[in-house]
Amino acid sequence: MDFAAMQKQYPAQVPTEVHSHQNRWDPYVDNGGTSLAIAGADYVIVASDTRQSNGGYSINSRTEPKAFKLSNNVVLATSGFAADAKRLVEVLEQNALTYFYKHNKQMTAPAMAQMLSNTLYGRRFFPYYVFPILAGVDAQGKGALFAYDPVGNMERVNYQAYGSAAALVQPFLDNVVGFKNQRGADHNRLIERDEAMRFAVDAFTSATERDIYTGDWLDIFVIDKDGVKHEKRELKHD
Amino acid sequence: MNRIAEQLTLSASDNPNNQLDGGSSNTCGTGVQFELASGNNPAAFTQQYTDVKSEKDARIKMDHGTTTLAFKFKHGVLVATDSRATSGNVIASQSVKKVIEINPYLLGTMAGGAADCSFWERVLGMECRLYELRNKKRISVAAASKLLANLVYRYKGMGLSMGTMVAGWDESGPGLYYVDSEGQRVVNDLFSVGSGSTFAYGVLDSHYRFDMSVEEAKDLGRRAIYHATHRDAYSGGIVRMYWVKEDGWVAYPLEDVGELYFRYHPEIKLTHAAESPLTAQRAA
Repeated sequence: MDFAAMQKQYPAQVPTEVHSHQNRWDPYVDNGGTSLAIAGADYVIVASDTRQSNGGYSINSRTEPKAFKLSNNVVLATSGFAADAKRLVEVLEQNALTYFYKHNKQMTAPAMAQMLSNTLYGRRFFPYYVFPILAGVDAQGKGALFAYDPVGNMERVNYQAYGSAAALVQPFLDNVVGFKNQRGADHNRLIERDEAMRFAVDAFTSATERDIYTGDWLDIFVIDKDGVKHEKRELKHD
Repeated sequence: MNRIAEQLTLSASDNPNNQLDGGSSNTCGTGVQFELASGNNPAAFTQQYTDVKSEKDARIKMDHGTTTLAFKFKHGVLVATDSRATSGNVIASQSVKKVIEINPYLLGTMAGGAADCSFWERVLGMECRLYELRNKKRISVAAASKLLANLVYRYKGMGLSMGTMVAGWDESGPGLYYVDSEGQRVVNDLFSVGSGSTFAYGVLDSHYRFDMSVEEAKDLGRRAIYHATHRDAYSGGIVRMYWVKEDGWVAYPLEDVGELYFRYHPEIKLTHAAESPLTAQRAA
């Protein structure tokens, strides 16, 4: 076997153009953090942490809110890409204001929910990288909670967790708020306000322990027919 | 470029504002505007970030829906679905409504992208209502399904994922069409759509007869969905069932597939029956 002769006859094929996808500019960043919401018979509790990361090992801010009051009785909790979340909140506020000017009344929570779904779908081909949870009270005064995927699929639920620690928090809520996998539990029971508050805070202290992107401070909003109350609690900063 | 040609072409280079117009003609006007990424191939951009099948680490995961079925029989159309939505490998919800109530006599099902199905079937509901107002009569199932097919055909290649069945009762009796985002629209007596459809077809094809009673049809639909949820990881939750008859559809109470397992396998006993949660599980 004359390998030298073979080499000449069959030179190695080296591609002259290499299209590397690793250095391409990426419009999206996952800024981390977690949000949850629990709805009851006459209230909704929304909790989200305030740590913003850069998708890697650095923290951008320890005090950047992820939940925003959109009106006197509606709060939007976000997670995912902070810039898209910020823009989404601006668009929703503008739409709510336009509605008020056109109809001379505030948008109700279910109306805002449908509007958010359509807004998200309007960017179906360049999605908002946001996982929103919209919270408010409906016309009967009952807690209304709507969970979405990034392109607008809407479902009204009693509790939801999204974000970097969602896989840790959602199963916990499934068990204690949804009574899943509990024998003899009354699945139609909606938990009380103080129970929901304890579960929300416990979920975050636990998530902070095991998720690097969750921690620092916790924003808690309580919405009922009288309006929105806000409080802040400290979480571990490590 | 003239208006008709403009409406029929989808290339971004003809559209300097990078907006996809949902059309504003009488018959399929929705006036929906979509923002697209800039560049010559916005479809490839979207696909890179959202298409789960082609790009394994596509980060924006949309909810997908999964086993649905519908069949015509002597007394109408029976529609049955599961209720699981998955977002990648995570179960996003076990209580999704995959039967979309377009109006009191027309139903649409959801399989594929959940947002795609809910949005376009809602637009379809609007178009059907406009048809009623313009023509002073109810729309036929054939026309409704064609409206939907034409709506989504304009976005062919852009990554929409929608496999839906339109079921209803009109002047020519029970109607059932399958419409999808690839542009297909076909008519038949029996369909199953979604990742669990192969399992459902096995059960349906073995026992389907046109002259079934309503109870037999319900039992067949329930079993087919149950078998699909048992074998398909992306299907599960509860069985939602609807019966479309002459004066409209009726919804049936939901059944948890976990409980159906023990109902269909009476020989299997729970090992720790006292601690089992399964006998009292009901989703809202």
